[in-house]
Amino acid sequence: MKTIRIGSGAGYSGDRIEPAVELAEKGGIRYLVFECLAERTIAIAQQAKMRDPGAGYDALLAARMEACLPVCRRNSVKIITNMGAANPAAGAEKVGEIAKRMGIKGFKIAAVTGDDVLGIVRQGDYRIEETGEKSSALKDRMVSANAYLGAEPIVEALQNGADVVITGRVADPALFIAPAIHEFGWDMNDWNLLGQATVMGHLLECAGQVTGGYFADPGYKDVPDPARLGFPIAEVRADGSFVVTKVPEAGGMVTLATCKEQLLYEIHDPSSYITPDVVADFTGVRMTEVGKDRVQVTGGKGKPRTDMLKVSIGYVDSYIGEGQISYGGPGAVARGKLALEIVRERLRLTGVQFDEIRYDLIGVNSLHRDRISAGHDPYEVRVRVAGRTKTMAEAVRIGNEVETLYTNGPAGGAGAWKVAREVVAMVSTLVPRTLVKPSIHYEVIG
Amino acid sequence: MKLREIAHSRTGDKGNTSNISVIAYDPADYPLLEKQVTAERVKDFFSEIVEGEVVRYALPNIGALNFVLYRALGGGVTRTLALDIHGKSLSSAILEMEIPGR
Repeated sequence: MKTIRIGSGAGYSGDRIEPAVELAEKGGIRYLVFECLAERTIAIAQQAKMRDPGAGYDALLAARMEACLPVCRRNSVKIITNMGAANPAAGAEKVGEIAKRMGIKGFKIAAVTGDDVLGIVRQGDYRIEETGEKSSALKDRMVSANAYLGAEPIVEALQNGADVVITGRVADPALFIAPAIHEFGWDMNDWNLLGQATVMGHLLECAGQVTGGYFADPGYKDVPDPARLGFPIAEVRADGSFVVTKVPEAGGMVTLATCKEQLLYEIHDPSSYITPDVVADFTGVRMTEVGKDRVQVTGGKGKPRTDMLKVSIGYVDSYIGEGQISYGGPGAVARGKLALEIVRERLRLTGVQFDEIRYDLIGVNSLHRDRISAGHDPYEVRVRVAGRTKTMAEAVRIGNEVETLYTNGPAGGAGAWKVAREVVAMVSTLVPRTLVKPSIHYEVIG
Repeated sequence: MKLREIAHSRTGDKGNTSNISVIAYDPADYPLLEKQVTAERVKDFFSEIVEGEVVRYALPNIGALNFVLYRALGGGVTRTLALDIHGKSLSSAILEMEIPGR
C-alpha cells in the first residue's frame, strides 16, 4: 500500500534548523513542512512591509532555505511553508534568488496569496469575537487582517509541479494535509478523511512538541538525548491512518504520552476542531504503539467545513513598560517585597499613568500567583513590574522606577533591566468564505 | 497524593483562553481523574488566575481530560502583562493538585 512520508521542519518562526536538515537527509520524506507563523508574527511582518515593500516575509527564510534547499533537491523533497508571512511573493522571489545562487535548475516556486483581507475588513463591519465590538472601532489602529486559508491552493500548486510552496496565513494543519490530498487524490468533501488527516497535521505542526519537546519532567517523564531532539515524520496511508515517528538516530522520542499531549495542545472542544477545510472530531482518535518511536493514529472524523473563515486582525493596542531587578541571600524575599512597595508608591508619587499593572516576584509568585505558590521561599528573587500605558513615554517611566532601585531601593539590588515597547495585539473575526480569493503566482528558475 | 503521581499535562493557548490537558499515565487511573478533577475544582484551584468559566471535555479513548479556561491569560499572548505570556507553566501548576489516592 502506498505510503507518503511528511516531515515537520519547524514549529515556530525561531525554531532550530538542524532537525529539518536531518529529516531531509535521513528521514526518507517526500515533503518538508515549515510552520513558522505565530498569531502576531504576521501583523509585525505587515508593518515591516509597509516600511519596505520587499520585506514582510519570515526573518529566517533565507537561513532555512540555504540550509535545506541543496539536500531537499538531492533527495527530491518538496517544501511547503507559511514563511511568506505578510509577503509570500517577496518570499518566493528570495527563494528563487537563493536557488539561482546555488546553481539549482528546473525549479518552481509557488507563492500563495489572498489571505490578506485588510481591505475587505476595512470596508465591512465585522464582529470582533473577543470583545463583541465592531471591527470599525479599531479604525486606523488596524495594521493587518489575514484570513486562514485552507489546503486547496497548496494542493493546486503541488499539482502544477511546485517544488516550494510559500504561503502567508494558512491554517497550520492545512500545510500538512495538502500534500496527502495531492498524493492520494482525496475528495475535499470526504469529511471523515479530512478530519483524520487534520489529526496528522495537528500532531506535526509544532514539530518537536510531539517528539519529546515541551515534555521532559525528570524522574517522571524522561526524554533521551534532548539536546539533539529530532522532529517528527508522519507516514500517511491512503485511508488517512498514519504513524508518527522520527529519524532513528535523532534525539527525543515518540510515545503514546507525547502524542496524547500534542493531540490536545491548543484544542478546546475536541469534537469540533474548526479548520478552513473541515470541522475535525478528535474524540474517536485511537493511538497504538506499533514499534520503538512509532505511534499509529486512527479514528479521527470530520463534519462539513464552515461557510465562514477565521480572520486574525492585528492592531496597535497599547504600550508596555517593564523593569526587573534581583535580590539574593538572607531576606531576599522581604527585600523584593519592599522593592515592589517602593515602586508602587513612586509610580503614584510621580503620577505615572497606566491602565493596568502587575507586580511580581520571580521565584515566588510570577507564574502561578500567591495561592498555588505558597510555602516555597527561594534563596533569590527577581522583582518584576509591568504596566500597560497609552503612550511610549509613560511606558518608559515604569522601567525607570525599577532601575532606580539600584541606588534608591533595598540593599543589594542587582542586575536591573528594563524595556518599553509598542503592543501589536490580535483579535479575530469571521468573514464569509466567498469574499476570500486565494491566488497563486509561480516563479520558475530555468 | 499529588495529581502529578498519576497524570501528565500540557498547556496550550488561543487568545485569552488557556487549555490544559490532564492525561493518565495508566489508562486504569482515568476513572479516578474523571471523578476527582472536575471543572469546579480546576476553577477553584486557579481562582487567582482564571476570570472566566472552566469547561471540561472528556476523552476516555486516550484516558485524558481537557480543561478550557476562559479569560485566563491576562488578555492573551499578544497583550498580557504576565511573564508567562502563553500560560505555558499552568500545566505544572495543575499537577500540584491534591487528590485522594487509589
